Amino acid sequence: MSLVIEALSWLLIVAGSAFCVIGGIGLLRLKGFYPRTHAASVIDSAGAGLLLAGMMLQAGWTLACVKLVVIGLLIFFTSPTATHALANAALVRGLSPDPAEESAPSKS
Amino acid sequence: MLRIIVLVVSLGIFWILMSGFFTPFLLAAGFGSALCVAWLAHRMDVIEREGHPFHLTWAAATYWPWLVGEILKSALEVARIILDPKLPASPTVVRFKPRQKTVVGLVTHANSITLTPGTLSIEVGYDQFTVHALTREGAAATAVSEMDRRVERFEGSA
Repeated sequence: MSLVIEALSWLLIVAGSAFCVIGGIGLLRLKGFYPRTHAASVIDSAGAGLLLAGMMLQAGWTLACVKLVVIGLLIFFTSPTATHALANAALVRGLSPDPAEESAPSKS
Repeated sequence: MLRIIVLVVSLGIFWILMSGFFTPFLLAAGFGSALCVAWLAHRMDVIEREGHPFHLTWAAATYWPWLVGEILKSALEVARIILDPKLPASPTVVRFKPRQKTVVGLVTHANSITLTPGTLSIEVGYDQFTVHALTREGAAATAVSEMDRRVERFEGSA
């Protein structure tokens, strides 16, 4: 039983780390502001979420596990809000989300 | 009134879980802090349906697991696009009218879109959502989506 949990926990942690690395690669490979934001959202949704789930299995039914849940909830609510604020600020500032225009952002 | 009681109790439980100490002094201090925060929140007039939507707890218990599944699915999809040597991204903007009526529903829908990798809400209003998607297919799937219907049910179950 403990071996199963151990294996599952490592699987989740490795998968979460992989998503973080892939998100980093995406930040470099994708072109333009909005596509890069998508790469970052792989990191804070899937990467952080799977890492936290893996760590929760490591912690077991302890207060540390509860704290990990709270961290997860915090990310769950704040990360999309922050991402939206960033993207909306870019839009309001005149960075067109249309891929054809994005290569030449308006200087203002 | 019920809302205030729920707030005080959940803040008290939060204190206990964060501290991990069960001495009478610290428990009393935690309860006192919870009361103070609830009083401040009451004076700020933020304990209402919008600011403290605890009536949605059960709806969230069914909506969130579904959302987690969606996040993992689209994370795999975006990871595949990033690792593909040809980088088959086709950034697209899509505009559509969300079905939700309440602010909580609209925020939940917009946040769910942003949480899901590959789609990003860039402008949000009652009449129109502007969503940026990494692929054309992702954009098409966002405009008429199961998420829209599920969030509508989520806010409606109040």
